[in-house]
Amino acid sequence: MSDTWIILGATSAMARAFARSLAAEGAGLLLAGRDGAELALLAQDCRLRGARLAEAMAFDTRDAATFAALIARAAAEPGPISAAVFAGSMPPQAAIDADPALIEGVVADNFAGPARFLQMLAPVIEARGAGTVVGVGSVAGDRGRLGNYVYGAAKAGFHAYLSGLRNRLGRAGGHVVTVKPGFVDTAMTWGLPGMFLVARPEAVAADIRSAILRRRNVIYTPFFWRWIMLIIRTIPEPIFKKLKI
Amino acid sequence: MRWKTLEYSGWGRSHRARGDLARPERRADLARICAETPAPAIGMRRSYGDAATNDAGRAIDMTRLDRMTGFDPDAGLLEVEAGTRLGEIAAALAPRGWLPAVLPGTGFATVGGAIAQDVHGKNHHHAGSFGQHVESLTLLQGGATVEVAPGTDLFLATLGGLGQTGVIVSARLRLMRVPGAAMEVRETRAAHWSDHLAALERSDAPYCVGWIDATATGATLGRGIVEEARHSAGPVAAQTRARKVALDAPGLALSAPVVRAFNAAYFNRIPPAGRTRLRALPDFFFPLDRLHDWNRLYGKRGFHQFQCVVPPGAAKALREMLEAVAASGLASPLAVLKRMGPGRAGMLSFPMAGWTLAIDFPNGPAARDLIARLEAMALAAEGRIYLAKDALAAPATIRAMYPELGAWAHEAARADPQGYLATDLVRRLQLRAPA
Repeated sequence: MSDTWIILGATSAMARAFARSLAAEGAGLLLAGRDGAELALLAQDCRLRGARLAEAMAFDTRDAATFAALIARAAAEPGPISAAVFAGSMPPQAAIDADPALIEGVVADNFAGPARFLQMLAPVIEARGAGTVVGVGSVAGDRGRLGNYVYGAAKAGFHAYLSGLRNRLGRAGGHVVTVKPGFVDTAMTWGLPGMFLVARPEAVAADIRSAILRRRNVIYTPFFWRWIMLIIRTIPEPIFKKLKI
Repeated sequence: MRWKTLEYSGWGRSHRARGDLARPERRADLARICAETPAPAIGMRRSYGDAATNDAGRAIDMTRLDRMTGFDPDAGLLEVEAGTRLGEIAAALAPRGWLPAVLPGTGFATVGGAIAQDVHGKNHHHAGSFGQHVESLTLLQGGATVEVAPGTDLFLATLGGLGQTGVIVSARLRLMRVPGAAMEVRETRAAHWSDHLAALERSDAPYCVGWIDATATGATLGRGIVEEARHSAGPVAAQTRARKVALDAPGLALSAPVVRAFNAAYFNRIPPAGRTRLRALPDFFFPLDRLHDWNRLYGKRGFHQFQCVVPPGAAKALREMLEAVAASGLASPLAVLKRMGPGRAGMLSFPMAGWTLAIDFPNGPAARDLIARLEAMALAAEGRIYLAKDALAAPATIRAMYPELGAWAHEAARADPQGYLATDLVRRLQLRAPA
């Protein structure tokens, strides 16, 4: 039997594309997020596309009280339990500059909430000796930049967490894939200035699926972002600190 | 909601628009836009001309509201969001024995677009138009959600209504039972016009369409290939891989000698005795979808499609059109002849009983002149042209071809009194101007 997947932040365009590709193969899906009405529509859609199970579940990165019920529901399914984290938020840096209190929410959505949830899920994966965690980070987490360094910092924290979790779960038969997307054509980027080489969510989902099958550790999607980020990471700090990229 | 300023166009790329687009991914976002900044809704922009553009204005891109939200297998009723592509529905449900009862020539068309143009398919003479299989639909009129049932004036104005009666949010479609995702396709040659017409008339297949070599003249005028098909349980033939046209092609690509050579080869690939093949469902319904962005083959200037329908007794008018086209040397490989039944769902629906002819032309002054002549011939034959394809017609022509236009404009004015939903096509043809 195919895995049961917990999808956090399931209403995002990337998550929708990922869930649909799993549904077409008959996977079980627990679609988790805050917007119950939207999740219910997506669950129906996934069932019609072939998911053996598709349920809308409440999940809020900023409300840990929602975590346990979701994990219990997943654990009630037989076979491997997997999770994909698409949850996150990216307020404009200028808004954070005006109101530094927003940092707490950014860290909760992109790092602390998902990490705490995965920490609770890890024992289930270890106990079953199988299961995959997909953590969607960002190229923004590779180096802090003027334009969105708070978001980048939260994603960088999440990357480090995923690396450690991979180290842990790998010993028990599980696996963790860190996904670093570049610009993806979603509601988050629609109409933002400065977007280029924007990828379709379906293409990103296909990259993630292939990374899962090949048990890749860290992927950039689309692939060329690996080289773009290599260049950006290599720029010496005395020069980098003067750049506006 | 963030708005994105874009230059965009219909499928024919001859008319371009620049404006702000919103692309909601959630129902609540769509409702907010409709209440606060109402604008026409657009889908995949597979209409050829200016039906899906709003130059210097706003539009709502519906393609992310694309979920199938319910299915009742006892009644065969599918509830689906307007941005859903018909090809996606077919891919998901055909293996389980269900299919939309009417599918147009591209699977990229959305449910909302299929309703707004009341599209037809290769089975129109049996199944009627898309809108005849709509059980009900939901509109947003400003901030108000309106359920629309068949038989009401609002329904008649919405089917084929060019999106002018409200933003189509979702619809319930009556699907049909199919034995599987395969098609048994019979192809035979038609030597000339009367042979072609007779073969289409004789056919009892549920799906039937004729491809015409629009470059043939004299004794072979109207020659082509008659394609008849029925559903089959399979085994499903492997689907052809999709390719993409990455660049605008140079003008030479579809010049007259190239088209003549291509058409001759296309005709001759069918053996004189005909052939029968089992084909994958999308390969039959959506043959051109395999070549993504094929509209770029016509280069930067884009292209036009002329499509008209004339009454059953007026086939002679089509023959005269074909003569004019063949003599012009402007035709492209895409030319289609079909028998149409009477089925239509709305006041501005294109279909009527008779014969329909569709031909593509590279955009240019000579092609536009030729299309104007063809329009006049269609009007003289008491036929009409298809608004989903049109980018060129004049208001008076359309007024003469669509007798229910006045009643439709009345309903559209009731639904959208401020005219927020008007598109470039609606303004060009003055469709909503009081008669």
